Formats: sequence, structure tokens, C-alpha cells
Amino acid sequence: MVLKTPRISRQALPGQFLEIKVADSYEPFLRRPFGVHRVRGENLEILYEVVGKATEILAQKKAGEYLDVIGPLGNGFRLNITHSTLNILVAGGMGVAPLMFLAEKLAETKHQVLIGAKTKSQIFCEKEFQDLGSDVKISTDDGSQGFKGKVTDLLQKILPHAISHKPLAIYACGPRPMLQEISRISKKYNIPAQISLEEHMACGIGACLGCVVNTRAGYARVCKEGPVFDADKIVW
Amino acid sequence: MGMNPNVQVIIGRLKLKNPVLVASGTFGYAQEFTHFIDLKKLGAIVTKTITLHPRKGNPAPRTCETPAGMLNSIGLENPGLEVFIQEKLPFLKKIGVPIIISIASEEDPEEFIVLVKRLTKIKEASAIELNISCPNIGHKSLIAQDSKAAYNLIRAVRKVTTKTLITKLSPNVTDITEAALAAQNAGSDAISLINTLTGMSIDVETKKPRLSTITGGLSGPAIRPIAVRMVWEVYQKIKIPIIGMGGIIDTFSALEFFLAGATAIAIGSANFVQPRITIEIIAGLKKYLAENKIKDIRVLVGALKV
Ligand SMILES: Cc1cc2nc3c(=O)[nH]c(=O)nc-3n(C[C@H](O)[C@H](O)[C@H](O)COP(=O)(O)OP(=O)(O)OC[C@H]3O[C@@H](n4cnc5c(N)ncnc54)[C@H](O)[C@@H]3O)c2cc1C
Ligand SMILES: Cc1cc2nc3c(=O)[nH]c(=O)nc-3n(C[C@H](O)[C@H](O)[C@H](O)COP(=O)(O)O)c2cc1C
Ligand code: FES
Repeated sequence: MVLKTPRISRQALPGQFLEIKVADSYEPFLRRPFGVHRVRGENLEILYEVVGKATEILAQKKAGEYLDVIGPLGNGFRLNITHSTLNILVAGGMGVAPLMFLAEKLAETKHQVLIGAKTKSQIFCEKEFQDLGSDVKISTDDGSQGFKGKVTDLLQKILPHAISHKPLAIYACGPRPMLQEISRISKKYNIPAQISLEEHMACGIGACLGCVVNTRAGYARVCKEGPVFDADKIVW
Repeated sequence: MGMNPNVQVIIGRLKLKNPVLVASGTFGYAQEFTHFIDLKKLGAIVTKTITLHPRKGNPAPRTCETPAGMLNSIGLENPGLEVFIQEKLPFLKKIGVPIIISIASEEDPEEFIVLVKRLTKIKEASAIELNISCPNIGHKSLIAQDSKAAYNLIRAVRKVTTKTLITKLSPNVTDITEAALAAQNAGSDAISLINTLTGMSIDVETKKPRLSTITGGLSGPAIRPIAVRMVWEVYQKIKIPIIGMGGIIDTFSALEFFLAGATAIAIGSANFVQPRITIEIIAGLKKYLAENKIKDIRVLVGALKV
């Protein structure tokens, strides 16, 4: 979905998100968070999956309608744009959404994109990443495309080779178990990883204390201190 | 016509330039809203409840959406009294609106006395709200559910402070007027109602509760009719002012509370949805009064026609 949001488009950084009120009614009552997928001039894109009330309503919007949007919110990815670093982007399922914007910013650097999903039809943005010049590798749980297995297994498979490129940096977004595995890998191979977390959000602006994740320094708000965290800070 | 209706109201010893407050726990310590509104325009700011000692709060998930509202079980996460004074109060002081500090005890009601004594010495604490009604800290019963206990507590607190005392009541009782009367008789200057209603929601697919603590506090438009009813019941029984809240999302829902008997109102969950809603409602109330040629908002208080 493309939104014309001149101010947000100017300010947004990869990993930041928007809070969208999809309807002017009580149903749904709260806003919903969506990562910034891409920015093109004044236009900003979000990529979403229909999973419930709010996303169903979003899917019915027509070109030219207005949407009530707050953003950009949260802390995004710190970019490592030194030329020697090999940046590895790891996406699980809809986790590709914010990593596209990151890949655009890292397009000039050495980088690889690993995309994983349950099955071939759930692999998104492969071509878009390739158009950026990204080196893209795919994994599916059922083996219908690319490597058969989890995207984190794929990562472990390429790491022994990639490690010769040190320094490496990992950026990941996806389901929680995947991010936990990324943290483990990051620690095992001593590679810094930044992960984008999700939590249920009521406000998205740090006011309700609803969206916490346990970190080594105590609870942190995903919407304010995150959604991107250093993997080694999270207590799983 | 250029009519400029009066919206100033008085709560205890506090003079508020308008009757629109923010509900405790829905506005943090105000910092988060600086990007959205001019904080100076608020009638008063009620801060997130603090306790004597820091509280970590409950594990996630702490919130979930429900029909026309939400459940929360934050568990009174707060940095504790001293850190609040050191780190949060300096910012609040600078805003220039009355700061109402919400406090609660964890185990021992004596903690209220310690908190109140300390806050009484702080000039910028304009008033104290006694949160005796938080449903999310794992106790089986709340002070607000036992009128005698509430009376004794407020009475003890009253003895140690001259600051305006507001008692926040729980709707999770059979007769709200009993608790309200106890608070008035014990020397509370005002009543805040309502806190959240205990509720529960289940994810049928996983058969798991949607909150980590299983039950939590329901807020939002879903609870508004209950809140309005309770304000009306209490208004008929007590003389001290009522700060009404529960599901206010716009000017018209705010007006319901004034008509039911509230002197002031507080905006809660709606701050999450529309961070500018407080300012819109302040403007909306003034416009409504002007359009209806009502000179003073106080005329509306309890003006329900029956
Ligand atoms: C910072 C952040 C960025 C996000 N970015 C994107 C994005 O770019 N694209 C995208 O498709 N989605 C994204 N999400 C998830 C998205 O917010 C939810 O899918 C959306 O809120 C669902 O709303 P709904 O009303 O359609 O579903 P609901 O009716 O609210 O829920 C349907 C089902 O999905 C589950 N669910 C809803 N929200 C979440 C969540 N946040 N975490 C786990 N389970 C959830 C519910 O428990 C329920 O089982 C992001 C979430 C966060 C926190
Ligand atoms: C996320 C959340 C946190 C809350 N925290 C507190 C709190 O710390 N102290 C308190 O007295 N009330 C707390 N409340 C209750 C609100 O102050 C208010 O009484 C209640 O939400 C009803 O108003 P509303 O429907 O407008 O939200 C909280 C409510 C929510 C939604
Ligand atoms: S969603 Fe309210 S603090 Fe993060």
C-alpha cells in the first residue's frame, strides 16, 4: 500500500514504523503498527499481511482515500556502511517488510539477503531485492523453493564461508523464535546482530508501557527503545 | 458573537483553567506527548501511579484489544518515588500546569503515608491521587472494595497532608456510593471515577488468555455507560467534586460525564488512539458552550434532566 506522506517520508529511517488508524470507528479501537517498507520521494509504502480486523479493512481501501497515520516512530537499524563490512539481512515471513527499506540504504555496500517462509507462495520481494542488486538466497520449510529448512539454518550454512569476509553484521526481522535463534547464532559466531521485535501495542508512542520486552537492563518498550534492539541485550 | 464561556473549575484547593485532565497511566509522565500537543493547554496532568519502591511490572503481553476498548495489565510498572522525583518531576514542573501525582501501595497501606509525607514537601505536587483501585498487582481484593479500609486509609493520609487529596475508586464493587461516601467522610477533596473494570479475553485458536496475567483492566468506550452511571449515582450522594472518566473519546462523550455530575473529566485510553484528543476536547467543550450560549461549564454539572 502506497501512502503519500511527505513529512514522514522525509524523516523515516529503516526499522521505524507507523501507527495507523484504519477506520474512524470503535472497531478496531486501537491503531496498528506497520514497518516502513519503502520510501519513494513523498510516497511511503507499507507491506502487510491480512491477519485480522484491521488488516482486512486496510485491504479494502481504494486509491485516493485518506488514512490517519502517526510516524515515523521508534528506533530503527543503525547502518553499517563501512565498505569492508558484509551486511547480512535475514527476513522471516513478513519480516521482509522493513528490511526492504534497509536494503535500499545498504544497496551500495556488500550485502546479502536471506528470505525464509513456510512455502514458496509466502516468499515476498525476491525480485525487488534482486533489482537493488542484492545477493538473495531463499529458504522454505517445505523445500518448495531454495534451501529446505529454516532461514536460520540457511544462515548457519552460509556463515562459514561468509565469515572470511569479517567484519560481518546481521539485521533480522521475523517471528520471535527465529529472532531468538538469530541471537544464539550471533553469540556463537560473535557477529553483532540487530533484530526488529514485535509486541502488542496500544499506543506506539511510549505512553502505556504495554509493549515491553525483557532486556538485560529490565523491561524496555518495543515502541520507544525499539523496535530494533541489539540481539545480545534481549533476555529470552 | 465572541462569547467566551468560563471553563475554569475548582477541585479541592486546585484551580484548573479547564476541566480536562489526563487519566493516570495513559499519559506516562507527559514527556511522550510533547511531540503531539502543547502540554500547557491541559487542565491538569495526572501522572502514572508511583509506588514507594520501583516496580518491574508484569510480563508481556500486557495489552490486548477488545470490542470498543482494551484490556491492560501493566502491573504498575514505575521507577519508584525517589527516581520519580529525581528524573520525572523536573520535566513536569516546567510545564506550568497542575501536576496531580497518583500513588499506590504494594503490600502495606502504610506506604501511602510515607509517600504522602514526602510529596507534601514538594511544592510542584499540586495534588495527590490515591489509587486504591488498581486491579493489576495480584492482590485478591482492593482497598477500594472495602469501604471501612478505604475510610481508615484516607483518614490517616488526611492527617499528614494539606494538599488536595483525590481518591480514585474502583468500579469493581456492588455499590459505588458506599466507597464514595467513605472517601468523602474521611476527608478526600474529590473522587476520581472510574478505574478499569476487571475483564478477560481468550485466544480461541491457542486456548490461551490474551494477557500474561489472565485477567486485566478493561477501558475504552466499552465501559462508558457504566462509568456514566456510576458518576450519576455518586453525584446524588456526595458533595465533593467528581472527576469522571471511562471511555471518553470526544466532546460529546465528555459532555455526558458533566451532565451526570462530573466537575472535571479525564481522558484515558483515547490518548493512545489520538494523542491530540485532549486539546480537541478542550476546544470542543468551549465551542459547545458558546454555541449553546452557556456562560459557565459548571451549569452543566449534574444538569441531567430526569
Ligand atoms: C513494530 C511493528 C511493526 C510491524 N510491521 C508490520 C508490517 O510491516 N507488516 C505486517 O503485515 N505486519 C506488521 N506488524 C504486525 C501488525 O501490526 C499486525 O499484523 C496487525 O496489528 C494485525 O492487526 P489486525 O487487526 O489485522 O489483527 P488482529 O485482529 O488484531 O489479530 C489477528 C491475530 O494476529 C495476532 N497479532 C496481531 N498483532 C500481532 C503482533 N503485533 N504480534 C503478534 N501477533 C499479533 C493476534 O493475536 C491475532 O491472533 C508489525 C508489528 C509491530 C509491533
Ligand atoms: C494502559 C493503562 C494503564 C493504566 N494505569 C493506571 C495507573 O497506573 N493508575 C490508575 O489509577 N489508573 C490507571 N489506568 C486506568 C485509567 O486511569 C482510567 O481510569 C481507565 O482507563 C478508564 O478510562 P478510559 O476508558 O478513558 O481509559 C490505566 C489504564 C490503562 C488503559
Ligand atoms: S505501545 Fe504503549 S508503550 Fe509501547
